[in-house]
Amino acid sequence: MSTRLATGGTRLNRARQVEFTFNGKRLHGFEGDTLASALLANDQLLMGRSFKYHRPRGVVASGAEEPNALVGLGEGTRFEPNQRATTTELFHGLIAESQNHWPSLDFDIGAINSKLSRFLPAGFYYKTFMAPRAAWKHLFEPIIRKSAGLGRPTEPGDPDRYEHFHIHLDLLIVGGGIAGLQAALVAAETGRKVLLIEQEAHWGGRAVVDGVKIEGKTAAEWVAETVEKLTEYPNVALRTRFMGSGVYDHGYALAYERVSDHAPATGGPRHRLWRIRTGQIITATGALERPLSFAGNDTPGVMLASAVRDYVESYGVSPGDRTVVVTNNDDAYRTALSLHQAGLTVPAVIDARAMVNGPLVEAVKAAGIRVETGKGIASASGGKRLKSVDICAQAGEGAVLESIACDALAMSGGWSPVVHLWSHCGGKLLWSNDYFHFHPDETRFPTDDKGAQYVRTAGIASGAMRSADVLENAAQSAAAALGVTAPKAASATDDDEGPMAPVWVMPQGAGKAKKSKMWLDFQNDVKVSDVELAAQEGYKSVEHTKRYTTLGMATDQGKLSNINGLAVLSQALNQPIPETGTTTFRPPYTPISLASIAGPARGNTFQPLRKTPIQSWHDAHGADYEPVGQWRRPFCYKKPGETREEAVSREVRNTRESLGLLDASTLGKILVKGPDAGKFLDMLYTNMMSTLKPGKCRYGLMCNENGFLIDDGVVAKLSENSYLVHTTTGGADHIHAHMEDWLQCEWWDWQVYTANLTEAYAQIAVVGPNARKLLEKLGGLDVSKEALPFMGWVEGELAGLPVRAYRISFSGELSYELAVPANQGLALWKTLVDQGAEWGISPYGTEALHILRAEKGFIMIGDETDGTVIPQDLNLHWAISKKKEDFLGKRAQERSHMADPDRWKLVGLQTLDGSTLPDGAYALDEGANENGQRNTQGRVTSTYHSPTFGRGIAMGLVRHGPDRMGEVLKFNKVDGSTIEAKLVDPVLYDPEGEKQNV
Amino acid sequence: MLKFTCPACRIEACESELVNGGEAHLTRSGPGDSDEMFERYLFMRKNPKGVHFERWRHAMGCGKWFIAARHTATLEVFGTYPAQAHEPPADVIAAIKSRYPAWEGFK
Amino acid sequence: MSEARLHTPLGGAGFKGYVSFTEVAPTGMIALRGDLANATVAEAVEAATGQGMPAARRIEGGLDGGAAWASPDELLLFVPQAEAAERTAALAEALATQHALVADVSDMRAAFTLKGAHLRDMLAKLTPADLSPETLPSGEFRRTHLGQIAAAFWFEAEETAHLICFRSVADYAFDLLKEASEPGGEVGYFSI
Repeated sequence: MSTRLATGGTRLNRARQVEFTFNGKRLHGFEGDTLASALLANDQLLMGRSFKYHRPRGVVASGAEEPNALVGLGEGTRFEPNQRATTTELFHGLIAESQNHWPSLDFDIGAINSKLSRFLPAGFYYKTFMAPRAAWKHLFEPIIRKSAGLGRPTEPGDPDRYEHFHIHLDLLIVGGGIAGLQAALVAAETGRKVLLIEQEAHWGGRAVVDGVKIEGKTAAEWVAETVEKLTEYPNVALRTRFMGSGVYDHGYALAYERVSDHAPATGGPRHRLWRIRTGQIITATGALERPLSFAGNDTPGVMLASAVRDYVESYGVSPGDRTVVVTNNDDAYRTALSLHQAGLTVPAVIDARAMVNGPLVEAVKAAGIRVETGKGIASASGGKRLKSVDICAQAGEGAVLESIACDALAMSGGWSPVVHLWSHCGGKLLWSNDYFHFHPDETRFPTDDKGAQYVRTAGIASGAMRSADVLENAAQSAAAALGVTAPKAASATDDDEGPMAPVWVMPQGAGKAKKSKMWLDFQNDVKVSDVELAAQEGYKSVEHTKRYTTLGMATDQGKLSNINGLAVLSQALNQPIPETGTTTFRPPYTPISLASIAGPARGNTFQPLRKTPIQSWHDAHGADYEPVGQWRRPFCYKKPGETREEAVSREVRNTRESLGLLDASTLGKILVKGPDAGKFLDMLYTNMMSTLKPGKCRYGLMCNENGFLIDDGVVAKLSENSYLVHTTTGGADHIHAHMEDWLQCEWWDWQVYTANLTEAYAQIAVVGPNARKLLEKLGGLDVSKEALPFMGWVEGELAGLPVRAYRISFSGELSYELAVPANQGLALWKTLVDQGAEWGISPYGTEALHILRAEKGFIMIGDETDGTVIPQDLNLHWAISKKKEDFLGKRAQERSHMADPDRWKLVGLQTLDGSTLPDGAYALDEGANENGQRNTQGRVTSTYHSPTFGRGIAMGLVRHGPDRMGEVLKFNKVDGSTIEAKLVDPVLYDPEGEKQNV
Repeated sequence: MLKFTCPACRIEACESELVNGGEAHLTRSGPGDSDEMFERYLFMRKNPKGVHFERWRHAMGCGKWFIAARHTATLEVFGTYPAQAHEPPADVIAAIKSRYPAWEGFK
Repeated sequence: MSEARLHTPLGGAGFKGYVSFTEVAPTGMIALRGDLANATVAEAVEAATGQGMPAARRIEGGLDGGAAWASPDELLLFVPQAEAAERTAALAEALATQHALVADVSDMRAAFTLKGAHLRDMLAKLTPADLSPETLPSGEFRRTHLGQIAAAFWFEAEETAHLICFRSVADYAFDLLKEASEPGGEVGYFSI
């Protein structure tokens, strides 16, 4: 059984007991435990079930590389699946549940998959669910969806806070082991701005556990002193629980701080994503131990040798009473010694190498531990808990020499440097024939915006496997990163190690039966046999094999499985490992919460919602909003009991018959000023603006260089060199940007300044036959037909407020648009509402606005235009100057396709039965195209029910439309039926313009 | 996440503060020009794997457009300069040539 | 006109967290575009604000009379709200003979004053700008983005800063600042 040892555990505070629950069971651990160590201490070795075969799984590792011990943490809206027990710090009240099993962890029906495993080989899904085609949607997919997936999804409404944090550094050091600390010491002295981060809660990394001596002290002492010393440098920041997540271009890096995972609900944010811009990066990310592939290597109780050592030394936990060690290198002997010193039994060290020597081996032998060389594991067995291992000759096919009873097995297949961050942004790798791993190729490094190296590795991450070399390498990396001479590194001693052997599979001659029990990727259930099958089926590229077998595609991204998988693939392809190469390393290094990526972009601050100065009034008066860009504009104002349609009808009728009010503040208002302002606007608009007289307004169209309409609106000439350009709501920002683009980049010698004044003013349209009466009642401004004719503007005080009144109309009615400084917008609006009561004034929303303009045949950018429509399509020839030599879009409109007489052109559409045409419906034509689709000859661009006419009205673009007035066309409906409509003049309401001109 | 130094305000701006405006140093073509010329102006872009000149606007900042010379594969930046320049300044050309002697040159 | 008829976007709302902030009272602001090297422009700016011409990226003075450098040909001037219209007119008059643009933009923005020892930490949560005191000393007028909106801010002193953004997104800015200032969110990076 696994249990808590009576003594030991450098990370524990045995004085502080911590209570937590696992699958509803109350358990105890100590402060300093991880969830994994606390579960082991409670003899809860079984921590989950695997993804594909639902095999019982125990913890394998002690850190971020853990593939098996994934749990669901928390409850309710704080629940989160797939959290690694090995990196979850224990806290009082922690609630965890195991995953991927039904009905229980101990008894799981899905485990039947394991029995069927020979029917579920690599590429099973691709091969099986090919045919019949219809079965995928109705049969296969539903079943697969139900049985696939890891953990259950979270619930909406996460109450925690997540944030970003931006900093700028000279040097980011990732990894707080002895290499990172040594690098920081060198960097600290330079006075440069340094951040040193460590993913765990503790400094020192492996050296502390592995008995390294530094400067004559224990590693733990040296680490504590160094951290103390570093905190005294004002230029160095040190942070724990802080994972280097990704390295990107131009010195950009992401780091993931788990602020309060270990102490939830303490008031602070939960996670903080640091967005770092740094001159240099040093990754001192250490190395990960590799498993060995033998039959039954996924049995609970089989663990990495280093993890066993961690549990004993750091957490005072015995993973088992009898632990066999199996290895291809000397490092695992440290685990045998740890166990022995803790008073636990090590029945044997099984070493695949024929010859072993060196101080670690001698020490193990001297401790009386049996060492078997040239041997391997034929199989490990025990189901939910390891019971025994069979020993065989490594060189053979697996004939069992002996069976050893044990309840834990510590395995070591050697160590691989953590090269992820080095590789994220282009660092390349070399294969080592001494340590049989990939390590950074110093000559092919990631480059920054200057083309210079900006990522370096330090310590074991560089491939420096001895502590003295680790420190030396770290000091040199830091010095090189900051362009200083490397000072002397701290001295270190550790035990000599003999050469390791490249053993990937045990035994060497294992047959198919054994290989189909050898797990490479524990989380995704990929076995040696799967990779060999892929090779046999012709997969040569490692990237393809990965996707075919799903090797390394689980949430651990193959931290334990990739190198072993590559080795197996290379062997199957009969080529050296470096020739096979690696798959691509992509951020994040370990999974980070999606909420941390979103940061503040959630809830109220998901995106900015723009509000006009009058919004609070709309809120209080039944506004039913619709999004218009980032604005929310009232679609209509609903009275109690009204439907949307009823409200819209009322608003239209009220405006036509008496008096309406529109919040038009969202319209763009761009001041264009300078001696060349007229000339500039002549280039921007299709019509002539420079001839406009002060005090007058003119409607204009803007096109891009492709000739397509991009905006329209009214330009008011304020003074000789000064124009106020009104744009559409959506156009305000980008038309201003468009102007600046042309002024800065093309006509930069023209004397024109622009200013986007959109938000400086509230703008209110007072519309309807009684509009003038209301303004006259308010007093202060002469708005008579003579003083303020149609398409004119005046400035003055209205009801004591400073306004500019434009006599323009987008409805066909007598209409004034009043611009007032934004802070006084609400006051003006309220005054208009109060004083207009005698005419039954009513605000109207965007839908009424649309209907009013459609009844009048006015086009709307975004309805009649879609980025492919030119003014000529909309019969707006009158607004295209023939006198001007040039304007934006002019040349494009001369292109053959633009001048094609067959282009669809604007017409009004009137249904024969009075119904409303569906938006976007197509006008059907005879025959079909080469794809068998019905030919079309036009489409609906705007369609509404008109309260004024009591029937549907619409506009559309139709081939030769203006020449076909009176013709009836069929328009399709979604249900397959058609609806007939006659081509008519789009201007239905007051074609003579008498109403707006009164 | 790229960064460029805005030549107008000298701020080292993050990509999120900038807006890309496509290839720089295009010559505008207009009325009177042939279809071929206009097509070239409107549609034909170099899209090189290598040294490239492109327009950026410091939109979340001083609002000025500038031109950046950069390598589209290595992302190396050789310099930024005002959008009004008709061709890359000599120091930018020199910076490119010192790194890529075989570069065919501007235009 | 009476103050009661003025509605700033947030009505002077504020929040007290580890950083405290309030929307400031209506402030006169004038946009000026022109030749900043021109002596007449400098004189007109001084007449309007009492401040000299700011160097690139700097602000002279503050909300009650200040000149902020916004771009090589643009300043944002701060004047008392009650005098904004008058000073805009005077400035336009002074620059009438040269190519310049002057506009009263007093109502276009929301302005906040922020105070607290962890001010740099709080802002660093929301903007990519380098908040370190060397790069952003007092008086540096930084235009950048705050979350997803354009904003500008400057430190008047180490524990006091001002921030402006467009008025339509004042609510968004307020909510961003509020969440970033919630107690318990101290980062302890720029100030420990």
